[in-house]
Amino acid sequence: MQFDLSALVRAIPALLYGASVTLRITVLSIAMGLVIGFVTGLARVWPNVVFRTISSLYIELIRGTPLLVQIFIVYFGLPALGLNLDPFIAGMMAMGINSGAYIGEIVRGGIESIAKGQMEAARSLGLTYWQAMRYVILPQSLVRILPALGNEFIALLKDSSLVSTIAIAELTRSGQIIITRTFKSFEIWSGVALFYFIMTYTISRIVKYSEKRLRYGE
Amino acid sequence: MSRWAIEVNGLNKFFNTNHVLKNIDIRVPFGEVVSIIGASGSGKSTFLRCLNGIESIHSGEILINGVKITDKKVNINIVRQSIGMIFQNFNLFPHMTVLSNITLALQKVKRMSKAESEKVSLRLLEKVGLEEKAESYPIQLSGGQQQRVAIARALAMNPQVMMFDEPTSALDPETVNDVLDVMKELAREGMTMVVVTHEMGFAREVADRVVYIDEGRIIEDGKPEEIFYNPKNPRLRDFLGKIINV
Repeated sequence: MQFDLSALVRAIPALLYGASVTLRITVLSIAMGLVIGFVTGLARVWPNVVFRTISSLYIELIRGTPLLVQIFIVYFGLPALGLNLDPFIAGMMAMGINSGAYIGEIVRGGIESIAKGQMEAARSLGLTYWQAMRYVILPQSLVRILPALGNEFIALLKDSSLVSTIAIAELTRSGQIIITRTFKSFEIWSGVALFYFIMTYTISRIVKYSEKRLRYGE
Repeated sequence: MSRWAIEVNGLNKFFNTNHVLKNIDIRVPFGEVVSIIGASGSGKSTFLRCLNGIESIHSGEILINGVKITDKKVNINIVRQSIGMIFQNFNLFPHMTVLSNITLALQKVKRMSKAESEKVSLRLLEKVGLEEKAESYPIQLSGGQQQRVAIARALAMNPQVMMFDEPTSALDPETVNDVLDVMKELAREGMTMVVVTHEMGFAREVADRVVYIDEGRIIEDGKPEEIFYNPKNPRLRDFLGKIINV
């Protein structure tokens, strides 16, 4: 048994293309997840009980079911309702809706970790609840939740391999296709892993850098 | 302008089944400095927090400058601009500079321009002796300095009443006087003040009136000399004995 480096080198262009698809679907679903997550997280702490109930229901449902099944529901299930989605769009939506629930919990935790006195001080200056959230609570929460958000982004990037099952030629699927042609499993999977690692490590560095930038008064 | 800065009638407050404020009635005219004293757990801080609506109440009414804040139709955000609140732990916003701590509400609530709000803020920082700290962050200041910034922040909203919830309890002894000096200055200028405090010196020298709260009731209410030198209630005598010996 030996490691056929040349097989890996030949596969690099195809893997790079796959990695670009992985990156694209992950970035788009993170953006979607962030929007959903912030709305959900805020709704979880909002004084209105209807908002709180809806958002907890959403979080519990999404956390309680596998992402793979959610992807299948969006891609194979929704056509039954007359909604035929392009695989990329379906995969992105499923991932976005999924990460929205996790980000929602992260945001809620961040908001609740800020001392009660901050909200009281802001409100006693005459700021509305929303203004106090927007200018006082959320900016402080953001600094605290960055590491957790970084974890979520990394997890989502890795979980994006699941959309290979609905025929999106992202990194994992590209690897599979090359292997069916070359039978170089070990070389190609190692290459795939390396590409994932390069991407997750980059995210991790970006998050570390932002954490440093956002710290105040030290 | 109403006759009273603060008027409270029949205020009752419960935490679950715990009756923490019992039938509180009090009237504070404009320009008066009232010290509220009492043991911890007596309800004095809760009472102060009810006065600007941070705590909800069970029954009774609270009027600030004639506006009934306990009325659901009243916009509490507007009333709160006329009430400055100072907290034991300062509650400065740690992610903002000292200057931004003060300009935030001026810009977002009073809709002032950036330049105008900064002018007002710097003037108030000068008043509390901290204009050179405008660009510092709260964490870089001592407790006493932070509390003075908090006072400047509250004053920026041009309040008619200032409330202080144990403003010096969390401070190092050497910075207590700087804060008390700012408060004395405010009192001299005629600000209406309600001060929950353990600083008996302040209560004696500066307050026009001292209110003793025990187990959620106002037990004595009078001039400082009556309260400190001629306390009628045995619990108050006991309380004063403990505090003054400390």
